Amino acid sequence: MDTIVALASAQGRAGVAIVRVSGPCAWAVCEALAGFVPPVREARLARLRDASGGLIDSGLVLCFAEGASFTGEKICEFQVHGSIAVVGALLRACLACEGVRAAEAGEFTRRAFLGGRMDLTEVEALADLIDAETEVQRRQALTVMEGSAARVIEGWREDLLQSLAMLEAALDFADEELPPDLTGHVMAPLLRVRDSLGAQIAGRKASEAVRSGFDVAIVGPVNAGKSSLLNALAGREAAITSSRAGTTRDVIEVRMEIAGLAVTLIDTAGLREAEDEIERLGIERGRARAAAADLRVYLLGAPGEVAEGVEPEDIVVLSKADLWGQPGISAATGEGIGALIGRIAGVLQQRIAHSSVFNRERHFDKLARAAEGVDAALAGLSGGVGWDLVGEDVKAAIRALDGIIGRVDVEDVLGRIFSSFCIGK
Amino acid sequence: MKHFDVIVVGGGHAGLEAALAAARRGAETALVTFRRSDLGVMSCNPAIGGIGKGHLVREIDALDGMMGLAADHAGIQYRLLNRSRGPAVQGPRVQADRRRYADFAQRHVAGQERLTVLEGEVVDFHMDSARVAGVVLADGMVLSARAVVLTTGTFLRGEIHIGTERLSAGRRGAEAADRLGARLREMATGIGRLKTGTPARLDGRTIDWDRVDRQEGDADPVMMSFLNRRPEARQIACGVTETNPRTHEIIERNLHLSAMRSGNITGVGPRYCPSVEDKVTRFADKTSHNVFLEPEGLDDDTIYPNGISTSLPREVQEAFLRSIVGLETVGILHFGYAIEYDYLDPRGLTRSLEVQAMPGLFLAGQINGTTGYEEAGAQGLLAGANAAAAALDMEPLTLSRFDSYIGVMIDDLVTRGVSEPYRMFTSRAEYRLTLRADNADQRLTQIGASLGLVSDHRKVAFEDKIGRLAATAQALEAEPATPSELDKLGISVPKDGQRRSWRFVAGHLLGLHGNSEGVGSRFPDLRDDDVVQVARETFYEPYVARQAREAEQLRREGGVVIPTGLDFSKISSLSSELRLKLAASRPATLAEAGSIEGMTPAALTAILAHLKVLQQAARVAIG
Ligand SMILES: Cc1cc2nc3c(=O)[nH]c(=O)nc-3n(C[C@H](O)[C@H](O)[C@H](O)COP(=O)(O)OP(=O)(O)OC[C@H]3O[C@@H](n4cnc5c(N)ncnc54)[C@H](O)[C@@H]3O)c2cc1C
Repeated sequence: MDTIVALASAQGRAGVAIVRVSGPCAWAVCEALAGFVPPVREARLARLRDASGGLIDSGLVLCFAEGASFTGEKICEFQVHGSIAVVGALLRACLACEGVRAAEAGEFTRRAFLGGRMDLTEVEALADLIDAETEVQRRQALTVMEGSAARVIEGWREDLLQSLAMLEAALDFADEELPPDLTGHVMAPLLRVRDSLGAQIAGRKASEAVRSGFDVAIVGPVNAGKSSLLNALAGREAAITSSRAGTTRDVIEVRMEIAGLAVTLIDTAGLREAEDEIERLGIERGRARAAAADLRVYLLGAPGEVAEGVEPEDIVVLSKADLWGQPGISAATGEGIGALIGRIAGVLQQRIAHSSVFNRERHFDKLARAAEGVDAALAGLSGGVGWDLVGEDVKAAIRALDGIIGRVDVEDVLGRIFSSFCIGK
Repeated sequence: MKHFDVIVVGGGHAGLEAALAAARRGAETALVTFRRSDLGVMSCNPAIGGIGKGHLVREIDALDGMMGLAADHAGIQYRLLNRSRGPAVQGPRVQADRRRYADFAQRHVAGQERLTVLEGEVVDFHMDSARVAGVVLADGMVLSARAVVLTTGTFLRGEIHIGTERLSAGRRGAEAADRLGARLREMATGIGRLKTGTPARLDGRTIDWDRVDRQEGDADPVMMSFLNRRPEARQIACGVTETNPRTHEIIERNLHLSAMRSGNITGVGPRYCPSVEDKVTRFADKTSHNVFLEPEGLDDDTIYPNGISTSLPREVQEAFLRSIVGLETVGILHFGYAIEYDYLDPRGLTRSLEVQAMPGLFLAGQINGTTGYEEAGAQGLLAGANAAAAALDMEPLTLSRFDSYIGVMIDDLVTRGVSEPYRMFTSRAEYRLTLRADNADQRLTQIGASLGLVSDHRKVAFEDKIGRLAATAQALEAEPATPSELDKLGISVPKDGQRRSWRFVAGHLLGLHGNSEGVGSRFPDLRDDDVVQVARETFYEPYVARQAREAEQLRREGGVVIPTGLDFSKISSLSSELRLKLAASRPATLAEAGSIEGMTPAALTAILAHLKVLQQAARVAIG
């Protein structure tokens, strides 16, 4: 990793200027310029000199250790007099040191993120602010999201633009020859957007699961062989990515990958009559955990047993199939394990087919606001309020999606109108 | 050498409003135009107003301009467009008798103190070093002034095309301003070429009126000016006919002879005002287009066939016209033509419409790349008011997107420039619900009065109206409507025991039906138009409040300090032009940045977002 340097305070003349150096050579730079490295987090006055010994300025030096700084790297900060000449000379002296280069825009922040000093949401929040509504940024967003998201976004943009153009045509060119069924032309694209937005919002849970993983609980009576199944699953077809004991002795979690999806397998305490209060609590917790999971695999201890609380897509299989001589699974022989994994994968993949192509909080925030606007516009169109108000609702929806679909400019709208209708008496 | 405070060049719609506004503000003003008879001439369609354009007329009127008054004097058919679409997009439009319009303009100008009309052709500027300090006429006479407003319309190096014929002209029957055009090409930058067109004029006595449909005006005409309550002239109907496949075939067969197809024209024409050649080729699947037959006046047999502007050769024009029902034996008084002319890129202007590179020179109207009388008049008024301000060291008239369509237009022109002749549409106004034609006076008359733009007569009328509106709102508010009264009017409200006033009823009815009928009869002492106005305000109140909040937020953030060293080149969403301007003028606050020429709300937001990023980064750095 390079060591980077930049002026951290505002450009131009100021009382004090701060030059920040971050990276493995940061302290070496301090040594080179100040002649010493002060104890971390303690400012010291120093005379700063360039390589040929010429005095640049006297100022404060302040060092931060790796893992305890803004970027997470070694940092050295120089506080000097804020003249352009001093800052220039200081930067030149830093850059003259081995392994040091000038920081790119936003690089300190990026390193802070990479170094784990800022979490994604903070970086995202920064990105949100920078998220100005330009075409270039929209394109950028598109390339980042690519594929299915790009198609959804293009579809929304197209439909909203179309609807707004029809609406604005009706408002601005009322005295022109327009098709009789303009209401339909305004409504149809809005209905499409409403459905598509609805589907994306509904797919939020699945899309979050894609990122954070699915919880799959193994449930069944005490002697059904849940732990053996867990081990069989984790040991064979699946790679264990982490394993830790549950917070109570009653729940064990194993993180693994099934068909490319992150899955947390949960082995709950056996379902049985509790013998004491503590055990009863543990079983309760296990039940709750299983109920909250995305999918449950019910192991039947014997043929003819009936599983309770099974939800539609849950999987019910007979355990110890080799003993009973019936179809099912056997942790001992490995029989049916591959098929079970296949079934789990099938259910989960079915789920992510409906998952949203968006996965950020701020996206869903915008989708929700856009949906509000679209709903209000549709209500207005059927409720007979002035179309001027409907226009506001559609524009509110567009504004909400601005950062995602790009800004819909009045020129886009006019262009659409003039290419669709013969305007001009 | 004669001296004036302000000289206005051109007697078109921009020139008239400019000269009148400058004189109203107290400037000794000269209006120089080719001929005295130019005043109030409508080059094209004899109609004023419409959607968006009607908003502009009302704003001109609110600032005590002439256009609305002249239109009402000349109005022979009134139609409120978008009557069923909600008041914010309703646009008053009037068919105007040409002669009555011009007569009114002549008298109005004659009645304006401090305003002199001079005939002549302006061929050059009188300069005081880099400052424009007057004009030079063709006969060599020099007129000096502190400020000059140029409103030469389609005349700068104007060229008319009919088929393959081309001739130099400012419009039909008027010489072009070639010398001034050539001079400007030497002095100024950013000169481009635009085009527009006009249809043939027909002899009404040769039209078979029985075979065409009629379009009547509104039964309850809505006036253009806030000062008028009813039409002055007799009201008439227009005819409506349409083109047919034979018409289209004739046009298609001769397309290669059309000036726009021959390659003679390089300028860009307006998409919303296509020639009939364009219509036939671009919308080939349409087998007919409406043609409105609009009388040009009460005592005038000239008919303006709206919808079929053309630059085909004469004999083709005659042939296709005669293929139209009702026009089988039509006589043609003048042939249609296209005109190409010079315009100056309006991005070189300040928000006062002064040329940045030529201080002392203001531009208004078609010369700035716009089209239409209303757009021209509105710019003229603003440029005239500001030329007077420059001449007499007074406060300028600055309007913004928040307060007026005029502000929207000026902002669009100086920040975005034009790629085709610019026309107003309501969709250009972000604050459309606030900027209604019905409240233009409530938005602007006070501003105009404070700048000395508004006559006492109008001031009194305005204050009277404001007083009445307040009293009306109060009277309606004070009176609760009983559930049975609400029921009778078809208003269903939740039975929550809440008391609902007649003001609420009026606003609610307006939302339902576009009027507040049923309220007036309950309050015989109140004026109907006042009740409706209160109803409109009540109806839009929540929306207006929301838009005001948005606008206010933009303004409030004006106080945000911009660090001196801020590197504007880091803000990727700013245009490179804006970055240069920002870097050059180094604004200290967001408000100062906002006053830079070319700044847009979107650009301000981008700067604000950038500042917030820096702040946040700084906070993170400290923390
Ligand atoms: C053929 C044609 C078709 C048009 N079609 C449409 C249309 O379909 N829709 C629409 O909205 N608008 C149309 N217009 C535009 C409309 O007429 C103009 O937008 C409007 O009149 C512009 O007003 P103005 O004041 O800028 O200029 P104008 O009305 O053109 O007035 C210019 C004035 O300046 C004077 N002048 C020019 N040069 C000099 C000089 N050197 N010295 C002295 N006096 C000078 C002229 O005599 C004239 O009085 C059309 C115009 C033309 C000519």
